[in-house]
Amino acid sequence: MAKFFTKEHEWVEVAGGQATVGISEHAAHELGDITYVELPKIGRSVKQFDTLAGIESVKAASDIYAPISGKVVEVNQALDEAPELVNQGAEAQGWICRLEGVDEGELASLMDAETYRTYLRGL
Amino acid sequence: MEDLKSTPLRAAHEGLKALMAPFGGWLMPIQYAGIIAEHRWCREKAALFDICHMGEFLYKGDIVADGLEGVFTFSVKGIPVGRSRYGFLLNEDGGVIDDLIVFRLAEDEAMIVVNAATTENDLSVIRSRLKNPAVLTDISSRTGKVDLQGPLSREIMVRHFGPQILDIPFFKFIRTRILDVDAIVSRTGYTGELGYEIFLSADKVARLWELLLEEPDVSPAGLGARDLLRLEMGYSLYGSDLDEGITPLTAGLSTFVNMEKEFVGKGALQRELAQGSPLAKVAFRVDSRRAPRHHYEILHEGEKVGSVTSGAFSPMLSCGIGLGLVKPSAAALGTRLVIRHERVEMEAEVVELPFYTGGSLRA
Repeated sequence: MAKFFTKEHEWVEVAGGQATVGISEHAAHELGDITYVELPKIGRSVKQFDTLAGIESVKAASDIYAPISGKVVEVNQALDEAPELVNQGAEAQGWICRLEGVDEGELASLMDAETYRTYLRGL
Repeated sequence: MEDLKSTPLRAAHEGLKALMAPFGGWLMPIQYAGIIAEHRWCREKAALFDICHMGEFLYKGDIVADGLEGVFTFSVKGIPVGRSRYGFLLNEDGGVIDDLIVFRLAEDEAMIVVNAATTENDLSVIRSRLKNPAVLTDISSRTGKVDLQGPLSREIMVRHFGPQILDIPFFKFIRTRILDVDAIVSRTGYTGELGYEIFLSADKVARLWELLLEEPDVSPAGLGARDLLRLEMGYSLYGSDLDEGITPLTAGLSTFVNMEKEFVGKGALQRELAQGSPLAKVAFRVDSRRAPRHHYEILHEGEKVGSVTSGAFSPMLSCGIGLGLVKPSAAALGTRLVIRHERVEMEAEVVELPFYTGGSLRA
């Protein structure tokens, strides 16, 4: 499956109508040691680019925005005890939550991996 | 970044791929491998810090006749030779111009160690209070300083600089020779661990840094780890917990104020003692891993009672910790507080200091 990225450094991957969301490796590296992830409530509906979750590192607190609209159906509970999983694999085991009821058409407003890499070089 | 000053260790930091950022007018290493790893290393082994940015003034003269005795909140002539003392330079209103340490080098000689960002202002304020300003020399640019902090620091120091290191109790120092130049080695630090501050000529500090890093138990640590280490001990940070609008009494630091002697700002502190402080320092522990941060609001029973002056995630306690200034009615131990900022809200409880009690400081 292909990941799509936002300018705010979230990623999303849609498979079987379900979207998995996280922050990019780049964002995790920039934040440094991640100490807390505020997971969204299950059942909550979000619109694309709304505030979805919060993330804190030793250095700063940031919001995580929804890369796509949908309803939260699962959260990565492991992050409660081990938020450092985001540092260890932001685009793998450090995923934040899963959304359902998504409109894949919204992916068109995001960047594919290659465009995102180009975008990072320009920052 | 071009206006920032660099320490003699800048090339060494860049070689270690440190993340560099501005701090008090200086380009300083914030972290090398990672803040939490560096923090743990300091608590378990020995961490090496570049502290060359701090200011040093050398005083030579008659402490009483020159008026130095009335400059700080503690007695300079009362410091025995070979000892150092922590305290404050105050304005007329009792606000803290800086927190600093004075080293009594000889009967007629002292070194004053001040914060980086305040160095120039401190120098002019102290000079303005002396009868003869020429007795004070700014030696900041020719003085290098590194701190080795951690439970293994003593054995490492002894291995390099001999058994004389064993003769330095807490808050004492020795004058010695390191790398063929005069040096001061002091049993001080701001981490809560056993540790040493080493002052020597700025042109030798890079060699000293290399030498200590050859030790497998020594790892460099940046200002990120330093800030967490000092906060876990509840030590105040100038510019956050202390500033010209906060008195040492409000900041809970009356231990470092000698009301028996004369000093600039004493009248204001006497009035504060008579009337009571409008705010009180609190230390609080958050119920989650969430970090309170500078300027977050503090609420008690639904009412805003103050704000956070320093806050962070504590790597040793795995929860948020912070210092703040609140209405005295909300400062009692055990008081339940809410820390709030925009949509972030966390529950906290007023606790005793230090937050972290496992340090090797007085070992």
